Amino acid sequence: MHFISPVLWQFLVNWMTHFALFPPEASRIAPQVDALYFFLILISLVGMAIVIALVAGFSILYRKERNPEATQIEGSTLLEATWTIIPLALFMVTFVWGALLYFRIYDPPTNAMNIYIVGKQWMWKAEHPGGQHEINSLHVPSGRPVQLTMISQDVFHSFSIPAFRVKREVIPGRYTTVWFEATTPGTYHLFCTQYCGTLHSQMIGEVTVLKPEEYEAWTAGSTSGMSLAQNGERLFASLGCNSCHSGNAAARGPNLAAVYSSRVPLANGSYAFVDDAFLRDSILNPTMHVTAGFAPIMPTYQGQISEEGLIDLVEYIKHLHSNYRIQQTLNTSEVQPSNLGQNGITAQRTYTDMHSSQVPQSVQTQRQGTAAQPGVVNQ
Amino acid sequence: MSTIVSLPDQQTATLPKRSYLNSEYGLKSWLLTGDHKRIAILYLISITFFFFIGGAMAGLIRLELLTPQTDLMAADTYNKLFTMHGIIMIFLFLVPSVPATIGNFLIPIMVGAKDLAFPKINLLSWYLYIIGGTLTLAALISGGVDTGWTFTTPLSTHYLNTHVITAGLAIFVAGFSSIFTGLNFIVTIHRMRAPGMTWFRLPLFVWSHYAASILMVLGTPVLAIALVLVLLERTIGIGVFDPAKGGDPLLFQHLFWFYSHPAVYIMILPGMGVISEVISTFSRKRVFGYTAVAFSSVAIAVFGFFVWEHHMFVMGVSNYSALVFSLLTMLVAVPSAIKIFNWSATLYKGSITFETPMLYAFGFIGLFTIGGLTGVFLGSLGMDIHLTETYFIVAHFHFVMVGGMLMAFLSGVHFWWPKMTGRMYPEGLSKLAALVTFIGFILTFFPQFIVGYLGMPRRYAAYPPEFQVLNVLSTAGASVLGVGYLLPMLYLTWSLKYGKIAGANPWQATGLEWQIQSPPLTENFLETPIVDYEAYDYEWLANKTKNEVTTVG
Repeated sequence: MHFISPVLWQFLVNWMTHFALFPPEASRIAPQVDALYFFLILISLVGMAIVIALVAGFSILYRKERNPEATQIEGSTLLEATWTIIPLALFMVTFVWGALLYFRIYDPPTNAMNIYIVGKQWMWKAEHPGGQHEINSLHVPSGRPVQLTMISQDVFHSFSIPAFRVKREVIPGRYTTVWFEATTPGTYHLFCTQYCGTLHSQMIGEVTVLKPEEYEAWTAGSTSGMSLAQNGERLFASLGCNSCHSGNAAARGPNLAAVYSSRVPLANGSYAFVDDAFLRDSILNPTMHVTAGFAPIMPTYQGQISEEGLIDLVEYIKHLHSNYRIQQTLNTSEVQPSNLGQNGITAQRTYTDMHSSQVPQSVQTQRQGTAAQPGVVNQ
Repeated sequence: MSTIVSLPDQQTATLPKRSYLNSEYGLKSWLLTGDHKRIAILYLISITFFFFIGGAMAGLIRLELLTPQTDLMAADTYNKLFTMHGIIMIFLFLVPSVPATIGNFLIPIMVGAKDLAFPKINLLSWYLYIIGGTLTLAALISGGVDTGWTFTTPLSTHYLNTHVITAGLAIFVAGFSSIFTGLNFIVTIHRMRAPGMTWFRLPLFVWSHYAASILMVLGTPVLAIALVLVLLERTIGIGVFDPAKGGDPLLFQHLFWFYSHPAVYIMILPGMGVISEVISTFSRKRVFGYTAVAFSSVAIAVFGFFVWEHHMFVMGVSNYSALVFSLLTMLVAVPSAIKIFNWSATLYKGSITFETPMLYAFGFIGLFTIGGLTGVFLGSLGMDIHLTETYFIVAHFHFVMVGGMLMAFLSGVHFWWPKMTGRMYPEGLSKLAALVTFIGFILTFFPQFIVGYLGMPRRYAAYPPEFQVLNVLSTAGASVLGVGYLLPMLYLTWSLKYGKIAGANPWQATGLEWQIQSPPLTENFLETPIVDYEAYDYEWLANKTKNEVTTVG
């Protein structure tokens, strides 16, 4: 028998049994963030206690009935210095502690595995280098650093996993990164925390942390058959990139083999470090960074390639260590008898037609030979 | 409970024959007035109107969040509600709340002047506010706007079909009303102080308004620029914020927060001024460390301009610039801490009484301390990553703005109500209202800290069911809070006709405004006062009242 309504009763029972003050700690950084949180709560409690004690104490001691006549006091430099310096010191400790954590959360380790995230109204797309695609979910192995390279297709989003205590804005037009190392297998919330329009609150998903061996099984079972780099190779050829970026001495574009993570000299005399953002910018806005020794003749690909396509290209160039396969595909096209037009446009179109028919073959050889192929190293 | 209220004998007391309220009659005499006191009353009525509209929206938001699903309204409606709630509460209530009402009424009197430096600009500022308010209502009635009060690009420029332009124009216009108020205060405080009223004899209320005015005049134009760029981007696609045209969406964030962070100090500083006056009056003591409190206001204004990037720590700004802005954020917290401790120390060896304004001031100290300390959580870089964009931020912001500023506003309205209207508010009922507001507030916003740390994102129309209990608590608190805000509205209106006649100085306070009749004459002072005593000099006041017969009317 219920003295209160059954619904309310159930609700209260639920609350008593499931009441949580903290989200689960499921990443390596989570306990460290919580430690800072407890420190901050501690200084807040002490600060509050002092203020309440002062206000309540003085209100009782010096209320008008007990103290009808006020004693005028000008102030006290010593006291004021005390309550300036002590809070300042505590705030400085907080600052240093917080800054150390921030650098730890936003500076990925070099051995992190990379997963690409594309945000769009109102879903999250995850692209694993091995060609696994997910929507509103993310599978990651435990015990291994995972870096997310993220970009938005439309508006600002924000990728947040409370159980990992990480979050980063996902911005249109530029890559942002975040990393974590999951520790506890399980399923956790994934939220978009930047207001992004009508279905902002539906832009949620699940992060599944798997044990390493389960993750291997998941990876093998969910692949789409084409790795991102393979997709990238196909795009590279179909867009005609290989006609200029062939790596030949006389080529019109710079050599792209092993260009990733290197410093390239620019036409304006400076140097640029080649990272994901540099590659993306160079495809969409080629005049932004013109490599020294080359004319700014590359057309823009703005609006012609989707964010996923750009990721494929970046992933391809990232893992391009020699020009062997690029030159091979070029040579194949040159021996084609139908290659009549010698001007650039016709030639380009020919490459495009040809490669769309040729690529599946190369993919097949790729799959059989995997790492033995010199052109593309998968993952 | 003891009291310092010294009211004239109610049997014989009458209101002054001539005052600013009855010097002229008719709607026209109000709408074309140059009198800072009448403009203050016009502002008071208009911001109260918008406060209750914004409050009704808050009520609907809380009602929707009672359950995890979107069952009361569609997600789009919810998005419009929180957007309009934010725009109305920030630009049409909090920014003008204390400065344009209490400040407008008191700054000239406190410095011993007959009016503000530019009475017509002051009236213009109210008209601009009304135009801004009307445009906001037009946007609301014609279908609303759902950008969020932050107008984040490219969402606001390319992806929404709502009335962004109307709302943007509304804020643009209302911004100028705030610039004019600030300009008027700065000139008045510099040029129109009475003989003997040196900078360090000014009440701290004037100091805090001076600091806030500097922020208004220097910060608001940047908001205007940001909004104009959004409108141009929407209408003719200039592409400043559009990455496809080589623009930078983060630039908007920089411009917007360059105003909107100082804006929170525009909102809170005048409130701090109110608290200094109230604490001093009801403990019968000079504010502890007058100079430190005065300069802490200025320090907040100066540092306040260099912390805006702490709203963008997760937005892919350089790690090293985040470092600098976090450090500066820690520094800006210090002057607020100084103020809290100095107010507490003012009570020491005072002779304290607990009238309604004092209760609201105590509420301010408690809630603002929590709000300020949680600000340190958010200023700490590594902590901010987890907390930002969740309900923790919502709770922090409301503790500072509602717990802090609204408490200060109500404290000030009660404190100066006898001066503005010549009548007292009912003391018992108003103490109850103060208590109800405090309890309702804690119940509404404290659970949001917890649900925020659990990870519940802000601006969600629907949320995972495990967050429901804390949201139910919050909604329950909001209904209590609603009662707490309706009460003053009702009994203050009642007191206009039935309140006890207050007399010139019911609180035995020392400010110049208490040395003239209530309600004051249109020209404030019959002859220019000559100030020969320090601020908060209760001995001077005791000597003065000893030697003169208090007359009313």
